[in-house]
Amino acid sequence: MNAPTDPTKTRLLTELKHARPLIGCRFDPSGRYLFASAEDDAIQRFDLLTGAKTSLLGHKSWVRGLAFSPSKGTPVVPLATVQMGALGGGATSVRKPTPFTLLSGDYHGNLLWWNGVEEAPKPTRTVAAHDGWIRAVAVSTDGATAATCGNDNLVKLWSIADGRPIRTLDGHKSHVYNVAFHPGGQRLVSADLKGTIKDWDLGTGSVVRELDAKVLHKYDTGFAADIGGIRGIGFDAAGTRLVCTGITNVSNAFAGVGNPLVILFDWKDGTAKQLKPKEAFQGTGWSVGVLPSGTVIAAGGGGQGRIWFWNPDDGTNSHTVTVPANARDMALHPDGTAVALAGANGSCLLYTMTPAPAPPASPVAPAKKA
Amino acid sequence: MKPCDYACHTGEHLVNRRLFLGGAAAGVAGFAGFTAPAAARELAAGQKRMLVIFLSGGVSQLETWDPKPNTDTGGPFRAIPTSVPGIHISELLPQAAKRMHLLTLVRGVNTAEDEHGRGANIMLTGRRAEAGIKYPEVGAVASNLLEKTNRELPGHVQITPGGGSGFSKEDAGFLGPKYASITLADGKPPADLLRPAILTSDADREREALRRKLNAKFALSRRSAQTDAYTESFEQAAKVVAKADAFDAGREDPKAADRYGRHDFGRHMLLARRLLEKGVTFVKVTHTNYDTHHENFDFHIEQLSEFDRPFSMLLDDLADRGMLQSTLVVVMSEFGRTPRINDRYGRDHWSKAWSVAMAGCGLKAGAAIGKTNANGTAVTEREVHGGHLFHTYFKALGCNPTKNFLPDGRPVPIADPKAAAISEILA
Repeated sequence: MNAPTDPTKTRLLTELKHARPLIGCRFDPSGRYLFASAEDDAIQRFDLLTGAKTSLLGHKSWVRGLAFSPSKGTPVVPLATVQMGALGGGATSVRKPTPFTLLSGDYHGNLLWWNGVEEAPKPTRTVAAHDGWIRAVAVSTDGATAATCGNDNLVKLWSIADGRPIRTLDGHKSHVYNVAFHPGGQRLVSADLKGTIKDWDLGTGSVVRELDAKVLHKYDTGFAADIGGIRGIGFDAAGTRLVCTGITNVSNAFAGVGNPLVILFDWKDGTAKQLKPKEAFQGTGWSVGVLPSGTVIAAGGGGQGRIWFWNPDDGTNSHTVTVPANARDMALHPDGTAVALAGANGSCLLYTMTPAPAPPASPVAPAKKA
Repeated sequence: MKPCDYACHTGEHLVNRRLFLGGAAAGVAGFAGFTAPAAARELAAGQKRMLVIFLSGGVSQLETWDPKPNTDTGGPFRAIPTSVPGIHISELLPQAAKRMHLLTLVRGVNTAEDEHGRGANIMLTGRRAEAGIKYPEVGAVASNLLEKTNRELPGHVQITPGGGSGFSKEDAGFLGPKYASITLADGKPPADLLRPAILTSDADREREALRRKLNAKFALSRRSAQTDAYTESFEQAAKVVAKADAFDAGREDPKAADRYGRHDFGRHMLLARRLLEKGVTFVKVTHTNYDTHHENFDFHIEQLSEFDRPFSMLLDDLADRGMLQSTLVVVMSEFGRTPRINDRYGRDHWSKAWSVAMAGCGLKAGAAIGKTNANGTAVTEREVHGGHLFHTYFKALGCNPTKNFLPDGRPVPIADPKAAAISEILA
């Protein structure tokens, strides 16, 4: 059973260090491993159980898209049970990992397949998927289909089993920054630089509707350039809410002067609600999700980093955590109790949202005899 | 208000026809000590021209001419082969890569100045600013040294992304307003260049006749060099007005506009071609903006995708029309960008090791001179600064940059005497 969570109790569990600035991070389906990509073109696999760190080498450019196809019935390893490994300072036992496939997409447009649990993973398949950057990768709820998107303005669907292209979804007018499958399995959303979200019917490949997140884009006439884009996107587990994040109110594109913003959509009727940080923070929202409790969580940063929590009903920023570096990505642990941040300082910071355990009771001194 | 490092929108740059004509008049009277006739005679053959493409804000050398892929500073982009074996440039310049045989790269630039205004000054004048003297910018020098007789159009034109059109008398320094630039903001001619509709051609002709009559009467008794200059300036301005269509890129073939790209910079580059063809000596086109402290990579994708095609089309057109051998093309910024990538995926100002690209007149094409180290943090071979480049431009144009200007009778070397041309790249 998962430990009870309380965002106001969020605390740092551990810092997983790498030599180079990080770009993206994701937990594997079991929650045992944390994968983090970096500016050295490599992906690091941190084993939270044993403390081992393994480099996955194969990309020739930066990786931001990381997603997994799990084995059926993969058990989630609750974070509370791995405290003897990386979090505790040394492994005392090693459990047999549950196999899964990792898909990673890079800025040269290549999509790579990996057996994620191998001792020293090597790419098992490479597909030249996009002309230009792959900006995001997502996997369908049944684990059979991958979706990728990128700077060729396209969304593509792939068979994970054999790497076969299934369908190309063409319609965006700008770089496609993010993609996510609806938990119901029939729909997919893709979101672009200009703040357009397309809702695709996976059966027909047609656009069902568009959702407006254009507040996350601006053409800065002073610098003559576009700024913004939907940097993070996600659904709640039930598929009733869609969240996305980025930067808004940009007054200076090239210095990144603007404010993070989350847009919360009611999936059924498409109505939107803006979730803003309580403080006047300058920076970008890089990643967003919904906790099992329904609380919306996002991470991002500018000079510093932040984790923000919002009540989805009234939109209040219920809690904020200051983190030491720009959080370029955020991953939610599958047990729902923790998040990991990909830090621009090279650190993967793992935060738990569970209260700190009570300190052990002090032995009671025997009463002095009179 | 926006800082003037970018597109200046200040009112002082907004002028009308009267100011434009008046500026030209001041130019003729303002400076008489230059050595233009002698320099012009030095030209080896034909009319030489110069085009500067100024990538404002500081373009990244790592995303353009000196990529360092798969290093700690390289960023996510590839280096791609070019039409010259052994020379690779960034994948963000695929069209330029196909024309590397026309280009000359200088990869060891160290201008040691990381501030926008001072960096631009070094690149445009070939010197650091000095108290007590205002050195002319490259366009004014080119306009002076390459001056034609019977010039019908301004010798020094700059096309900016925004701001106001008009006369920019400051950039000629001690050469005086005659060599200062006419700014065509967003490629538009100076306001009121054309005769207003309310003034009929007959009325305009009568007005001009009256001015001439009064001028002639005045000259009978009080003619001087000043009055001659004033008269000449009106005649010069009248020639410009008569050639006003030279400023209209809309008169170019729509197919050319398609090739250059249907966006502002494409239109500005097509206008630059038109002006050079019509006889303007020096054109500077500014493309904004590259000051990418945040999201350097996304912004360079956007800006360079806009730059690459029109730049390449203009190179093609100059080459096809036989103009490239008499036109010097220079792609410069005020500085480059830091090899270090900051925490916002940005690159900051960096002048210690960056690149300039050139093409055309007087240069060895398909060459790359100068080297930086493995991750681009320092120049390791053939380091040059703004002075070397300034010498090189004018040597390539067939001038002698070691000669002097003579403002107020005082000799001032055309280019920094502590530097010399980069002889290895001169044809």
